[in-house]
Amino acid sequence: MVTTLLTIVGAAAALTAVATSGTPTDSSTLIDAQIVEIYVFLLAAFTGFQIITKVPPLLHTPLMAATNAISAISLVASIVLAGAERPLFINIMGMVAVAAATINVVGGFVITDRMLKMFKKTEAPK
Amino acid sequence: MIDQQLGALFVQLAYIGASAAFILGLRGLTKPDTARRGMQLAAVGMVLAIIGTLLNHEIVSYQFILIGLVVGTAIGLPMGLLVPMTAMPQRIAVSHMFGALAVTLVGIAEFIHYREAVGGPGVVKMVALGFETLFGALTITGSFMAFGKLQGFVTGRPVTFPGQKIVNAAVFFGAVALYVALVVTQSGGATGDAGLVMFGLMTVLALIIGVTLVLPIGGADMPVVVSLLNSYAGLAASATGFAIGNNILIVAGALDGASGFILSILMSKAMNRSFANVLFGAFGGEKAAASHKSAEGLTTRSVTPEDAAMRIGYARNVIVVPGYGMAVAQAQHAVRELAELIEKRGGRIRFAIHPVAGRMPGHMNVLLAEANVPYDHLFDLDEINGEFAACDVAIVIGANDVTNPAAKDDPGSPIYGMPILNVQDAEQVIVVKRGMATGFAGIENELFYLDKTSMLFGDAKSVITQVVGEIKAL
Repeated sequence: MVTTLLTIVGAAAALTAVATSGTPTDSSTLIDAQIVEIYVFLLAAFTGFQIITKVPPLLHTPLMAATNAISAISLVASIVLAGAERPLFINIMGMVAVAAATINVVGGFVITDRMLKMFKKTEAPK
Repeated sequence: MIDQQLGALFVQLAYIGASAAFILGLRGLTKPDTARRGMQLAAVGMVLAIIGTLLNHEIVSYQFILIGLVVGTAIGLPMGLLVPMTAMPQRIAVSHMFGALAVTLVGIAEFIHYREAVGGPGVVKMVALGFETLFGALTITGSFMAFGKLQGFVTGRPVTFPGQKIVNAAVFFGAVALYVALVVTQSGGATGDAGLVMFGLMTVLALIIGVTLVLPIGGADMPVVVSLLNSYAGLAASATGFAIGNNILIVAGALDGASGFILSILMSKAMNRSFANVLFGAFGGEKAAASHKSAEGLTTRSVTPEDAAMRIGYARNVIVVPGYGMAVAQAQHAVRELAELIEKRGGRIRFAIHPVAGRMPGHMNVLLAEANVPYDHLFDLDEINGEFAACDVAIVIGANDVTNPAAKDDPGSPIYGMPILNVQDAEQVIVVKRGMATGFAGIENELFYLDKTSMLFGDAKSVITQVVGEIKAL
């Protein structure tokens, strides 16, 4: 588990190095970057599989709420769209995307916590 | 220039930290007592990623970002705080819709941007953008339909019409053909509006696919659909990561995709259906012939709450089998009271939770936890099935098909092969039920006609409350 995690972090760091090392028009750098992206995807999917198969059925609803909140990370792409120097209608599309993703980030983490708070063990006899 | 590079490095470090927080957070979910802290860590990761992004050098104005964040919070916070636990499946379905909406908007906007800025996104990015928009758009409408079916404003019955298969196939292959054409012609250097038209048309077709995909699927199959849409939303987010070269989107999307995929498979198995059968079942007219066993000539034995209280009150080992009917009757709190009472009298009480007991994976556990049933009393199918033989009384509350022995011993039954709870092994069975209506599968349940079974008819909440009162008076 920890090894996989380290590999992912390593791969991400490698991509950062690759992405900053060349100009975007350098085609070989672009292909390298995309290969690394595929690595990142495969390792993340593998790690996800390993961890999520271990989540007990007891917590499957919170799991779904949690992964839903996490995948609202598309918020970061929406933020750039809403704030970058682009035509107005693109900024507005970005703004709607920011709102939609924020609903999931805020609502998702709040509701997951609300559910997890309810799961309690039997109190030890006094 | 140096500032910009430092800034970019900081953003990447924030993303790496967030990825690690997400993965460790999900690992926390493998145990109930570490789950909450894990998810708080994941939330911190999210905040980190957002702050990192706000420092992105591409951003020149913050007004639209701020409006979006404020509006999103204003809608998301009450949704998170106020949605009742019984409505959790709807709330998850609608959040898939919001997630997919964000992803689809990003896909469309990035396509337009690449065309205007550099003539086209290039083959690899076009593949990713197309995938993102295709899956994003069908998840928007698909989730909305699932939301409608769960909420009840779209009929829960499968909707079919003549020629449906042909229409669906045409729409599906049309969208795929446009996708391929976009990759071939729009990767770079294309001029004119043909690309925009194709992209728009593909998006519209994908929106239609979402509707036609979910329309023919019955309300009882929604757990699979919601899990599947969860997976699609994740994959679309991951594709966004490929399209804009952002690793954290790839990682988070892959985690979501994997989770949705695993849950869909678990749900399909628990319902004795294949993926394909759930998705296309309503088309094939393969509505299985009703079981050859009928209830004719069989009689049930019904008991009063007083009788039931006598049996339950003196039992040493009780297993409760809750079904969605219990949640509909809002009987969770009465059931918890019953459980506490049995424990106080020295008996042992456990809950047997079938994977499809609620309306989504794990739903029943949440509903019972909300009613203050400790989670160490909740057992899943594999853990508890061997224990029924040793139990004095099994109480089935608002559950039907998941207890039907026909799944084990009647090859002619439509639910043959479905994993069930071995309630029939218990020494005595008490079934709390409104009437003799059949379950979702529309078949008779032999369990109700066994000699050891007593039927306790009535609304679960009032019946259980009466039983509790009677036991107190023993």
